[in-house]
Amino acid sequence: MTSDQGIQFTPEGKLKHFLTIEGLSKSLLTEILEVAESFASVSEQQVKKFPLLRGKTIINLFFENSTRTRTTFDLAATRLSADVLNMDISTSATSKGETLLDTIHNLEAMHIDMFVVRHAVSGAAHFIAQHVAPNISVINAGDGQHAHPTQAMLDMFTIRRFKKDFSQLKVAIVGDILHSRVARSQIQALNILGVLAVHVIAPKTLLPAQAESLGVKVFYDMKQGLEGVDVIIMLRLQKERMTGALLPTESEYYKCYGLTEEKLEFAKQDAIVMHPGPINRGVEIASEVADGMKSVILKQVSYGIAVRMAIMSMTMQATGNRE
Amino acid sequence: MINRLNIQGLLDQLEQALKKTITDRGIENPVMIGIHTGGVWIAQKMHERLNIKEPLGLLDISFYRDDFSQIGVNPKVKPSQLPIDIEGRDIILIDDVFYTGRTIRAALNEIFDYGRPKQVVLGVLLERNGRQIPMKPDCVGETITLPPGQRIKLTGPENLAIHVETIEKAA
Amino acid sequence: MTRIHISQGRIIDPENGTDSIGDIYIADNRIFSTMGQSDSFDADITIDARNQIVCPGFIDLSVRLREPGATQKATIASEVKAAAASGVTALCLPPDTSPCIDNPAVVELIEDKAKVADYRQIYPIGALTYKLQGQELSSMFALKNAGCIAVSNAQMPIANLLILRRAMEYAASFDLLLIYRPQDYYLSQQGCAHEGMVATRYGLPAIPDIAETTALLQCLELVAHTGCRVHFGQISCAKSIDYIRQAKDSGLPVSADVAIHQLHLTEHDVLPFDGVYHVNPPFRREADRQALRKAINEGVLDAICSDHQPHNIDAKLGAFPETEPGISSLETLLPLTLSLIDENKLDLMQAIAVLTTNPAKILGLEAPGLAVGKFADLCIFDPEMTWQINPETWLSSGRNTPYWQQNLRGKVTHTIQNGRLIFGQGDFF
Repeated sequence: MTSDQGIQFTPEGKLKHFLTIEGLSKSLLTEILEVAESFASVSEQQVKKFPLLRGKTIINLFFENSTRTRTTFDLAATRLSADVLNMDISTSATSKGETLLDTIHNLEAMHIDMFVVRHAVSGAAHFIAQHVAPNISVINAGDGQHAHPTQAMLDMFTIRRFKKDFSQLKVAIVGDILHSRVARSQIQALNILGVLAVHVIAPKTLLPAQAESLGVKVFYDMKQGLEGVDVIIMLRLQKERMTGALLPTESEYYKCYGLTEEKLEFAKQDAIVMHPGPINRGVEIASEVADGMKSVILKQVSYGIAVRMAIMSMTMQATGNRE
Repeated sequence: MINRLNIQGLLDQLEQALKKTITDRGIENPVMIGIHTGGVWIAQKMHERLNIKEPLGLLDISFYRDDFSQIGVNPKVKPSQLPIDIEGRDIILIDDVFYTGRTIRAALNEIFDYGRPKQVVLGVLLERNGRQIPMKPDCVGETITLPPGQRIKLTGPENLAIHVETIEKAA
Repeated sequence: MTRIHISQGRIIDPENGTDSIGDIYIADNRIFSTMGQSDSFDADITIDARNQIVCPGFIDLSVRLREPGATQKATIASEVKAAAASGVTALCLPPDTSPCIDNPAVVELIEDKAKVADYRQIYPIGALTYKLQGQELSSMFALKNAGCIAVSNAQMPIANLLILRRAMEYAASFDLLLIYRPQDYYLSQQGCAHEGMVATRYGLPAIPDIAETTALLQCLELVAHTGCRVHFGQISCAKSIDYIRQAKDSGLPVSADVAIHQLHLTEHDVLPFDGVYHVNPPFRREADRQALRKAINEGVLDAICSDHQPHNIDAKLGAFPETEPGISSLETLLPLTLSLIDENKLDLMQAIAVLTTNPAKILGLEAPGLAVGKFADLCIFDPEMTWQINPETWLSSGRNTPYWQQNLRGKVTHTIQNGRLIFGQGDFF
């Protein structure tokens, strides 16, 4: 059985697949952020396109709809001069492993170089990475409730742009931790990068069992949880949480956990507010906060392209042609 | 073994060669571009000596290299700065050392992504043996032949100096 | 009938506490003698059992054969070979075949198949509810008459407690044993891993231990009320042990077993997303595993079963939550039970009892044993033989074992069922 950390690397130790933050070193995360920094700076110049992945074919394999995420991957790949093919496969068409593998092998036969995978089931990206041909890289664009590592890296990039030194930071993550792959990856990245503390704030119904084992402090109350934090990350609340008896109503949730200007006062004066999007205004966050001075939500979107360019070029380098 | 070369002499000779080419080709109001990092230092000297009016351009060709899959992505890539439109212009491209020719190929690719210059003149401080693709500098400070295992190292930008050093094995 | 002479084996018989070197003579399906009489007994087969253990054949309380219904996974013919080679001389077949065992015709079909495969003691467990849907009672009386040894709803939920109450009352009327897998439907829906650290870290839909304990407590209350005999299958939580102990102490007619792999693996073995470790109930905490082991030693858990669930490759191909639960476990039952002797200070006699006399008692079968006159269901195993689990020698059609390439100690050399040698030195008869 390969270890979780093992599958992401080539035998020479190069990053080949990007499936989860877990098991990655601080130096590797820092390197990703620095490469992304290079792409971010060159993205402001007149010519934004580089021939790094010229001749490579990347397939965005989305078993779960997400136009936003797919677009940033698409743009990142295009700016690296790769050829990109978008495939939206509804989960109803392939839910069984056999069909999933058939899909993968069919695409492999077209000599593609990278899969960017989004899937509704935890572990789907790992499963694909375990079964693809050795010269193909797999990037996890979100699998079930497990991981969304590129989102976490762009969040780290955003934090670093505004806060520089991770070691002095207190970060609060607010909302549906239980079902959030974004939160899981963020918590891992923040802990690897060595922040002072990660607070998670949610009612018990939206917290996983033994949440503390993730390396966080748990709060049920916004005031206590936001006290003295430098970064507030709000999570999107899915409508299904109300029908599943996890929450009574949106308005009650907003009253307790919605980020308003009033609650924002509990955090540090120079705190920044983040959100992976899309935002439910008036459910998890007030419009005044989302559009306010402390919000860096739109920055996150633009940084997302540079971070994905960095991860795509670094993983492709591991599987790239050798002489 | 360290073999220090006479930097001032090399700069003088490159300057003379560039002047001659500018005259011969009838170049007017050229755009000078230095290749990051050593090429920029040399270009700064030439830009000053040749009294070029247009601001100096800077090119970081890391994202254009053809050996990216072997050496990886350099995490400290600087944005290229081509201050003016290069369409139809005369370009003087400057690098410190001409070796395999691959850097120049990448640089030309990047320049052509920004526009179609009228002509490009390549000037380098030193041309050494080891050419791998059919490309050659127009103006050189000096042409030298090095045995395998030696390379040329430029240090700067203050106290600009150039020397030949032996590559340490298993560095 | 063949006359068999087993020579100089270490005879262990939990029924009467025997543990001594000796001979066993088998004739006419029964144990004919245990006295030295090599001259007068004309044996067709003589088995040299020196340095080996001779004990009653194993009785496995839960073995999926996949027939009828899922023969792409396994067949009765393929799986009884695995059973024979594992020393299992009797096995209980849960009712979740397709069609399920909710009418006598299916029982007959299974009997026919077993006859063709030449394996005698497959005990079908009848469905507790019609089509296992948890809505209407099955014809339990007819099922009992057709040969069902007990009734069960297998892994299918009975969400409505009133239905469970009625089913238990009805089963009790005919003195039918209910085999019950306690797991609350709503608390465990779509779960695939223990609700704990690992499921939290990997974002896996979880099955909390309260799914088991609440269902267990509800059922215990109904046992007290209805008087129905209940055997709890595949217990996985430490807390369940406490409740079962209390119920037994208060005299309720209950018993319980554990699947062998629950005594060895924990939630951490699920890492990372290896579908072969997907089982239901899920692997739980180390503390649960220790409590289950202790409960075997103390007799709170009466029996160990294989919970054999062979799958084809496709069933385990997919992201972890999408794979089908279950391990192909007949062939590792003995060595994994024997390893508890060293790892858990389990007494050898008791290790054999939890595989033989205890399950017989639960099912109300005639007590197995090696005394004169007993039915000759027995197995001979080499407790010291180390062997590698590998595909070349694997017999079950289900290749879903987490033990590939591992070396395990203890191997069955001969199996005698009903006085007939059905497995010996790697060959089937």
